[in-house]
Amino acid sequence: MSETTPQTAMAGTTEPTLDTDELLRLESLCVHFPIYKGLLRRHAGDVRAVDDVHLSVKKGEVLGLVGESGCGKTTTGRSIVRILKPTSGKILYQEEHGKVVDLAQLNDRQLFKYRADIRMVFQDPFSSLNPRLTVGDIIGEVLEIQGWRKSDINDRVRYLLEKVGLRPEYVGRFPHAFSGGERQRIGIARSLATNPRLVVADESVSALDVSIQAQTINLLQDLQEEFGLTYLFVAHDLSVVEHISDRVAVMYVGKIVEVADKDSLFGSPKHPYTEALLHSVPKPDPKRRRLGTVPKLKGEVADPANPPRGCYFHPRCPYAQDKCRVERPALRALPGGRQVACHFAEELDLEGIPAVE
Amino acid sequence: MHLPFWSRIRKTRQGKLAGDEPIGVGDNPLLREETTGASEETQWRLIWRRFRRHHLAMGGLVVVLMLYGVAACAEFLAPMNPRAFDSKYPYAPPQRVRMFHESEEGVSFRPHVLDYRVELDSVQMTRVFHDDPDQVVDLGFFVETEPYRLMGFIPMRRQFFGPVNPDHSFFLLGADRLGRDLLSRMIYGTRISMTVGLIGVTLSLVLGITLGGMSGYFGGWIDNLIQRLIEFLQSIPSIPLWLGLSAAIPPRVDPLMVYFYITIILSILGWTGLGRVVRGKFMSLKTEDFVLAARLDGCSSGRIIRRHMVPSFMSHIIATTTLAIPHMIIGETSLSFLGLGLRPPVISWGVLLQEAQNIRTVATAPWLLLPGAMVAVAVLALNFLGDGLRDASDPYA
Ligand SMILES: Nc1ncnc2c1ncn2[C@@H]1O[C@H](COP(=O)(O)OP(=O)(O)O)[C@@H](O)[C@H]1O
Ligand code: SF4
Ligand SMILES: [Mg+2]
Repeated sequence: MSETTPQTAMAGTTEPTLDTDELLRLESLCVHFPIYKGLLRRHAGDVRAVDDVHLSVKKGEVLGLVGESGCGKTTTGRSIVRILKPTSGKILYQEEHGKVVDLAQLNDRQLFKYRADIRMVFQDPFSSLNPRLTVGDIIGEVLEIQGWRKSDINDRVRYLLEKVGLRPEYVGRFPHAFSGGERQRIGIARSLATNPRLVVADESVSALDVSIQAQTINLLQDLQEEFGLTYLFVAHDLSVVEHISDRVAVMYVGKIVEVADKDSLFGSPKHPYTEALLHSVPKPDPKRRRLGTVPKLKGEVADPANPPRGCYFHPRCPYAQDKCRVERPALRALPGGRQVACHFAEELDLEGIPAVE
Repeated sequence: MHLPFWSRIRKTRQGKLAGDEPIGVGDNPLLREETTGASEETQWRLIWRRFRRHHLAMGGLVVVLMLYGVAACAEFLAPMNPRAFDSKYPYAPPQRVRMFHESEEGVSFRPHVLDYRVELDSVQMTRVFHDDPDQVVDLGFFVETEPYRLMGFIPMRRQFFGPVNPDHSFFLLGADRLGRDLLSRMIYGTRISMTVGLIGVTLSLVLGITLGGMSGYFGGWIDNLIQRLIEFLQSIPSIPLWLGLSAAIPPRVDPLMVYFYITIILSILGWTGLGRVVRGKFMSLKTEDFVLAARLDGCSSGRIIRRHMVPSFMSHIIATTTLAIPHMIIGETSLSFLGLGLRPPVISWGVLLQEAQNIRTVATAPWLLLPGAMVAVAVLALNFLGDGLRDASDPYA
């Protein structure tokens, strides 16, 4: 595991470099949405949806990205796949043979090449499939654009359908003939069509029933193992990322507040927000349910257009002190390859949730 | 190691997967959530099914089809030459069709009308029309007439119905100021009035989709500019604007050219509503997940618009277009009625109404207002049809 802090990486050479085990690294990524007010559309500030994010994704891992709704997870995911153009910062991507490119700087034409490498699974299984195209056309669209032959596309689509647990005979059907869970499988098949290296799954199971969620996560995991994929797995609920992730990044109001491998993060969180999230997950296990000493999260996520001074989390943090109200904690490295953005990470004794036997 | 709560479910699924079988809807009870029937109905068939349940709209469709049928086959359907005037019959009232003829030999089936005997009332200075039992005008179906070409290319020598002797006159709906048959003139007027709507709407459609689409797809200053233009055009009261534009048509121009100018004027003003609809659709579709997915698939803007956006609102466009035709028809009628639109010898409903434009007509020859009824029927039918199409094309209705 790399001990490089984002700051040292940035201070380095002009030619961007990534560690050999890194697939993607976000450096000081900012996505700001301007707010216009009044008749003259005067610029009246920015929604800092993603604000100075540093995050690295390693080859072959599943990185969970969690945070409450409105924390900027979707915006982060969408800038990685470059539906959005970041306001500033770098999205460094390491190609198969080691060449590093900054996706943030590329235009649509230059991006074309990487569209096959980095794919996305959407949140809503209903709006993400064109209701007027057949399953075969939906999954095969990207292959058609990439110039595949018709018969090859057909073979590939059938293979993918089988891989995601649907019958190949369904190629000719329209999306409305399928249930939410099946539609999400179609979305997954579409994302895998090009043999991608990175899949950004934005809340890809959040819209599904709990039992279907579990199946879909299992499917994603099987596919990851089979094809050696790397996932950036976005969710607002820690219980969803728990099963599938190797590492977890916690996001709050446009910033990463904690990154750690899954077991350390769940067992001994270092950021009060992580602790609060851990204790707000539904607890189907009775052993976990008995714990109840951590107060529930109060209040709302801060407004990214007008965040509080100091630590963005201080209005809701039970451990907040005077320093937190004036000084903003930077994301810093802790032993064990962890990163945290809290002034008192070392002093606080936060409560994790125990491993289930 | 944390054992997740779904490890249980996972085992059952792995059991299924052991044989490496694909899971289909039928095989796995867990997958049977809200699966709907596997019908492969296309969008259009769905719309048609919903549309058929809308009785008023079906009626509208039948009437509209009939009107365009009349427009296409005016030569075949009109019993008389619409331009042939006869100084004997100014303001002749409608004739009653009699089915049986009484003569010395007895009663026989013989559809006919009685020709008019005209007397001048020298006191009131009007003509008085009396039926003349001695002058029988026999009527028949598929009677011979002067050769013509149906729809411009099918050579024909017969027409649908009319006087058996082509030299006889027949006024089922009365005659106008110059003794021309009103029915025939209305039939020919259908052609011009209904196609003004169609051609005008086609032009509006092109303008509306192009400008509205640009506005919605590109946004920014393009959107701003086009929206202000639409607001400007919509804020001008339409009649004065039509008047102004028609006044700009050169006065000595060929009547047929006037027809084209009028359709252009109507569509320059008529595209705004359509433009708004298209813009709204583009704006909402642009951020739809499936459009984003298409962008991620590497689709070009053109392909996204053609393959992913336009088909999603084509049915909407058709409905909106249908609803725009009546505006065009009313526009033509109003302009011509005011004497600023089409001019004789072109025959349109508006031209016919313009000729019926005085109090005396209303009192003495009320049948000359019948073209107004045609306008009402056409506008209502198109509105019902458009409403039905709109309801049927909206999947959330
Ligand atoms: N296109 C946009 N324009 C303006 N604000 C946006 C836009 N997209 C997202 N936001 C704002 O950015 C913040 C982060 O949103 P998002 O990335 O969707 O969060 P999450 O996925 O974590 O729920 C929210 O406050 C949201 O309102
Ligand atoms: S810096 Fe202060 S307010 Fe922020 S999380 Fe740590 S303790 Fe809480
Ligand atoms: Mg989101």
